Amino acid sequence: MALIEVDITRGNLSPLPVAVSPLSIDDNSKENFKKILKKENLGAEISLIVENNLKQTGLFNPLDKNAFLQKPDIANLKPRFEDWNLIKAQALITGKVTFVDDKLRVEFRLWDILAGKEMMALAFTTVPSNWRRVGHIITDKVYERLTGEKGYFDTRIIYVAEEGPKTNRIKKLAIMDQDGFNNKFLTLGNELVLTPRFSPTNQMVTYLSYFRNLPRVYLLDIETGMQEVVGDFPGMTFAPRFSPDGKKIIMSFAQDGNSDIYTMDLENRIVERITNHPSIDTSPSYSPDGKYITFNSDRSGYQQVYIMESNGKNIKRISFGNGLYGTPVWSPRGDLIAFTKLHKGKFYIGVMRTDGSGERLLTENFYQEAPSWSPNGRVLIFYRETKTNAKGEGFSAKLWSIDLTGYNEKLIKTETDASDPSWSSLLTN
Amino acid sequence: MNLSKILKNAFLILIASLVLSACATKKTTGQLQGDVYTGTDSVEYLASGVPDRVFFATNETVLTTASRDTLRKQAAWLRKNSGVNVVLEGHADERGTREYNLALGERRANSAKDYLMTYGISSDRISVLSYGKERPVDSGSNPLAWSKNRRSVTVKAN
Repeated sequence: MALIEVDITRGNLSPLPVAVSPLSIDDNSKENFKKILKKENLGAEISLIVENNLKQTGLFNPLDKNAFLQKPDIANLKPRFEDWNLIKAQALITGKVTFVDDKLRVEFRLWDILAGKEMMALAFTTVPSNWRRVGHIITDKVYERLTGEKGYFDTRIIYVAEEGPKTNRIKKLAIMDQDGFNNKFLTLGNELVLTPRFSPTNQMVTYLSYFRNLPRVYLLDIETGMQEVVGDFPGMTFAPRFSPDGKKIIMSFAQDGNSDIYTMDLENRIVERITNHPSIDTSPSYSPDGKYITFNSDRSGYQQVYIMESNGKNIKRISFGNGLYGTPVWSPRGDLIAFTKLHKGKFYIGVMRTDGSGERLLTENFYQEAPSWSPNGRVLIFYRETKTNAKGEGFSAKLWSIDLTGYNEKLIKTETDASDPSWSSLLTN
Repeated sequence: MNLSKILKNAFLILIASLVLSACATKKTTGQLQGDVYTGTDSVEYLASGVPDRVFFATNETVLTTASRDTLRKQAAWLRKNSGVNVVLEGHADERGTREYNLALGERRANSAKDYLMTYGISSDRISVLSYGKERPVDSGSNPLAWSKNRRSVTVKAN
């Protein structure tokens, strides 16, 4: 039972004051890491990652390090709780970084200041190049201990990096840590690429590529760089996603002016047709148990959100509000569906229950779409484009995140313009 | 019915028809009819007098009278130039979600394809490619720009 509790189910107007002490580091370790990683003080650097992660959540208020009275090494052994209480810290994170047998060893502790108690102590060892992940894993542990829910910090975002004029954008697949670091381009930009999505194991990505001007769904192994076309369809395939067990790709196939939903089993290559209707059926997304599919269809005349059983039976419209609805995505918690809504010239990101009730709009703008859930189902990432002026200037596309509560909207910094984000699951559990 | 009453009625009818025609002219503002583009700004030509593209209303895939006229000209030209194959590139404006717009672009290009086929062009000579909203011709965020971008363009493939 946590003594300090952070309620993440509502907008948090008084974030928890937390002190993230720089992790202590001995001189020998400092010199070694400086040689390997070109970082002056790795202990301080790792604590900065934790601090920044906690701040981004909007649930925590990391305190100014200049106000800290205790030195990192002593605080990690036994904090003087009165000192930390004095600066109004309710939780304290301390730790120690050492260089052992060419490895990076990190221990950290979480302290409850008011109760004067240690809440958690953990240590792990990894290769030095993993140092940023160490910061994320510490944040995940702290977040889980204080909120009672899994974190989402040791994760990555795959997205489309964009450059060039709006009439001829160059688009590349790119991947980065959830905090924007370690950005890497996965394609060169020779062909148009869209809508990348992670497999549940984070090893594979499915996306749409216009390679040789034939828009098809592809599969990419992030580690090896191997790519292959999914299936042998005589026309455009698009809007791909993995099934929750990672064994199937679900996507749209367009032929003769009609788009329907299909799946392909990645092991035996068997293709199954899921919908069969003269309307446009697209943007399919499985429920986390794999039993249902939510999708986008204009069979009622306009774009709306539907659900059906995974075999295509019992199709039911669930969106009935004013406007058009697109891009439904099932929450990893199973209880909600996120969507994009177009109404009176505005675009909204919203959520509704899986029966269509309880619609809540989280954010409104000129143009934004494509929400993707954090693995714990508490945060949505999406992209937003700006309106151009009369001359067509001023265009940009950026990634944003927002809490399920509708609070804490944040820009996610990227090297280039960016769109179509997809959040990985936790890299470690 | 006396003369003044007849005159008065005639006058009312005249006013009514003036109002109606005002509405009608208002609908065709410059290069738009409804919200379908009728101008020639971005239009290129397959041959003299044969425009390469047709335009669509928001969220629509139905061919307008003007579009059918353009496609009949294309069909006539294609019949004369039987060695030419074409790609019909379908596009949408930026006011829609990406995946739905890919499907919409495909449907628009197929409307054009179906019409060319009814005018005797073999489906073997026509392929279809949807760009959704990925390749606008006008980068503006305004109704006129969007109307130019909702299009199906006939491109020579060889």
